[in-house]
Amino acid sequence: MLVTEPDQRGYFGAFGGRFVPETLTVALDELQAGFEAVQHDASFQSEFETLLRDYVGRATPLFEAGNLTRRAGGARIFLKREDLNHTGAHKINNALGQVLLAKRLGKSRVIAETGAGQHGVATATAAALLGMPCRVYMGARDVERQRPNVQRMRLLGAEIVAVESGSKTLKDAINEAMRAWITELDDTHYVVGSVVGPHPFPVIVRTFQSVIGRESRRQCLERFERLPDIVAACVGGGSNAMGMFHSFLRDETVQLVGVEAAGSGVESPAHAASVSGGAPGVLHGARSMLLQDRFGQVRATHSISAGLDYPGVGPEHAYLAEIGRVSYAAITDDDAVAAFRLLAECEGIIPALESAHAIAFALQRAADLTSDKIIVVNLSGRGDKDLGILESLS
Amino acid sequence: MSTTETLAAGATRLRAAFEARSGDDACALVTYLMAGYPTLEDSLRHIRTAAASGADVIEIGIPHSDPIADGPLIQEAANVALGNGFELPQLIDALRQEPLTVPYVLMSYINPLLAYGCDEFMADLQATGCCGLIVPDLPLEEALPWAEAARGRGLALVHLVAPTSTDARLRAVMTAGDGFVYAVSVAGITGTRATLPDRIDSYLRRIKTFGDLPVAVGFGISTPTQVAALRPLADGVVVGSRLIRAVRDQENLAEVVADLAAATKGNIP
Ligand SMILES: Cc1ncc(COP(=O)(O)O)c(C=O)c1O
Repeated sequence: MLVTEPDQRGYFGAFGGRFVPETLTVALDELQAGFEAVQHDASFQSEFETLLRDYVGRATPLFEAGNLTRRAGGARIFLKREDLNHTGAHKINNALGQVLLAKRLGKSRVIAETGAGQHGVATATAAALLGMPCRVYMGARDVERQRPNVQRMRLLGAEIVAVESGSKTLKDAINEAMRAWITELDDTHYVVGSVVGPHPFPVIVRTFQSVIGRESRRQCLERFERLPDIVAACVGGGSNAMGMFHSFLRDETVQLVGVEAAGSGVESPAHAASVSGGAPGVLHGARSMLLQDRFGQVRATHSISAGLDYPGVGPEHAYLAEIGRVSYAAITDDDAVAAFRLLAECEGIIPALESAHAIAFALQRAADLTSDKIIVVNLSGRGDKDLGILESLS
Repeated sequence: MSTTETLAAGATRLRAAFEARSGDDACALVTYLMAGYPTLEDSLRHIRTAAASGADVIEIGIPHSDPIADGPLIQEAANVALGNGFELPQLIDALRQEPLTVPYVLMSYINPLLAYGCDEFMADLQATGCCGLIVPDLPLEEALPWAEAARGRGLALVHLVAPTSTDARLRAVMTAGDGFVYAVSVAGITGTRATLPDRIDSYLRRIKTFGDLPVAVGFGISTPTQVAALRPLADGVVVGSRLIRAVRDQENLAEVVADLAAATKGNIP
C-alpha cells in the first residue's frame, strides 16, 4: 500500500530516517515540532499563501507548448511554468516557507547550500525580505559555472562560502552547511534546498513545494476535465518533482516520471542518476539511493546541470521507485542541451538546464503517444544562469 | 573462551582500560589516528607508536568521502587515504594478521559499514581482536540493530552524547551503552581548538549523574594543558586532529603522544 507520509522515525518504507551526529538530533526534534505546529497555524499558512501570491507571483500558468508538441509529433505537452516565479525557479516556494518557519522557531539567521545557485538565490531573497542574515555554501566548481547566481546572491546581501572540499559541488556544499549548522544550532536555521537530508527535512521541503502539484492538478481538471496521462519532472535531490508528484500520488491513472541526469550516459562513470544507477546507502543523514563504490564511498558524479549533479536523491523518491509508483528515466547532457535550444527556438522560453532534462524526456515520450494524450512537464526554472555553459559548448 | 566471556569481551576490556587509569585523578588517553593515512602501512606504524608512547585506547578512524562531523584536518586525511586506495577489508586483514595488543575501537561513518554488511562486518571485526566501534552518524534511534549485532560478537557499540543532548537521551545512552560513552565536547565538529568549551565541567558532571559507564571526552582537544584540565572531569580524553596534524607535518608522533600521556597524570611538559 502506498504511503505518502513518513512514519514516526522519518521513514518512507525502507528509506529516510535520521543518520546524523547526536548534536543535531535535538535540533531536528525541535524543527519537527515547530513544523507540525505551523501546519495547523492559520496565521502562518495565510502569511505563506499571501507571499506566494503577491511576492512569488503564484499561481504559475500551465502553458500548452503547441510548437514543441508539433515538433515532437504526438501527445500534447503542457509546461508548468515554475520558471515564472520570482527568482526564476521553484526553489522560492520552499525558501519562503522555511525562512518563515525559522522566524517562528525564534532563529535569527539562516544558512543554505546551493548547487545551481537557484536555492541560494531563493534563500537570500527570502532572507532579505524577512530581514534575516543569510550565508550560502556553494561548491567552488559551481561558483565558477553559475556565476550570475553568485552575483545575485551577493546583491541580495548574502555571504557566499565557496566550498573547496571533495568534488566542490552540491554534495560538498551540503556537507559544509551541515557542519556549520552543527556549530551554530542556537540561533541558526538550515534551509535545506531539496527533499533530502535527515527527517523532517524531506517532508518539510515537499510540503512547501506541493503547491506545484496542487495547482497543476486543479489546472488540468479545469482545463481538460480530466487528469493528465503523464507528469514529468527533473530530479536532482528531487524537490520540484516531489512538489509536483505529491498531489498525483493517489491518482493511479497518472504516470509519474522523474528524470535524472545521465551525464555522458548511465553506463559511463560520468552521470548523476542515483535511482537508475545507484544502490541503497546513507548520505546527508538519510537512507536513500546513492551513487557509491562497493566500499560505501560516495562516487564522483557528472551532469552538465549543477542542480542535478548530486550523488543522492530524496528518500521518498527511493521509496516511490521501489514500490513502482514513480518511474525514473535518465537524460544525457547532449539531449538536455538539444532540448534547451529547441525550447528557446520554438517556444521562446529559455529553460534551466535542469528543467531541460524533463523537456527532453517529454519530447521523446510524446513522439510515442497519440495526440489525445496529455503530458505535463514541470518547467522548474529559467535558464539565464546557464548561458555561460551554453556558450562554452559552442 | 565461554560464550559469556566472548559476549562481554570488548566492552569489558574497554571499561578496564579506563578503570585502570582512574586512580590519582588520572584519566585514560584515547588517541585517534586515521587508517590509510597517508598509507595503510604508515598508519599501522603510527598506531603502534601511539600505543607504545602511552595511549591507553586507540581509535582507528575509517576514511570516508563525506565526513560531516569532521573538520578540515580529518577531512583532508580521509581524502589522502582514499586517494591512496584505502579499502576497509585491507585494514581488517592487516589487523587480523598482526593483532594490536592495546584495546582499540574503529570509528566509521555508517555508509562504509552498510556497504560491508552489518553481520559480516561484526564477524570480521571480532576476528581482529577489536573491542568495538563508534559510528558518529548513528544516533540512538537508528542504533539498535547495530548494537545488538555488535554485542552478539562481543563488540561494544560506543554511543556519543553532545552538550545538546537532553537528559532523557543521556539516561538512555548511559544505561544502554557498552564500553564507554563518547562525550562530544562542543556542539561542533572535530578540529583543534585553543580553549576548552565553556561549562564543560557541568556538562561532564551532568552525564555522570545518569550512570557509571566511563566517559571519554573528545573533539577539539589538542594540548597537554587541556588534557590536564579535563583529567579530574572525565575518565578519558580523546585527541584526534592534533595527531593527524602531527602525521601530516611529520612531527615526532611518539613525543606528541608521550606529552599528552604525561598530562593525563597532571604532568605538563
Ligand atoms: C531550476 C532547477 N530545477 C531543478 C533543480 C534540482 O533540484 P530538485 O531536484 O530538488 O528540484 C534545481 C536545483 O538547483 C534547479 O535550480
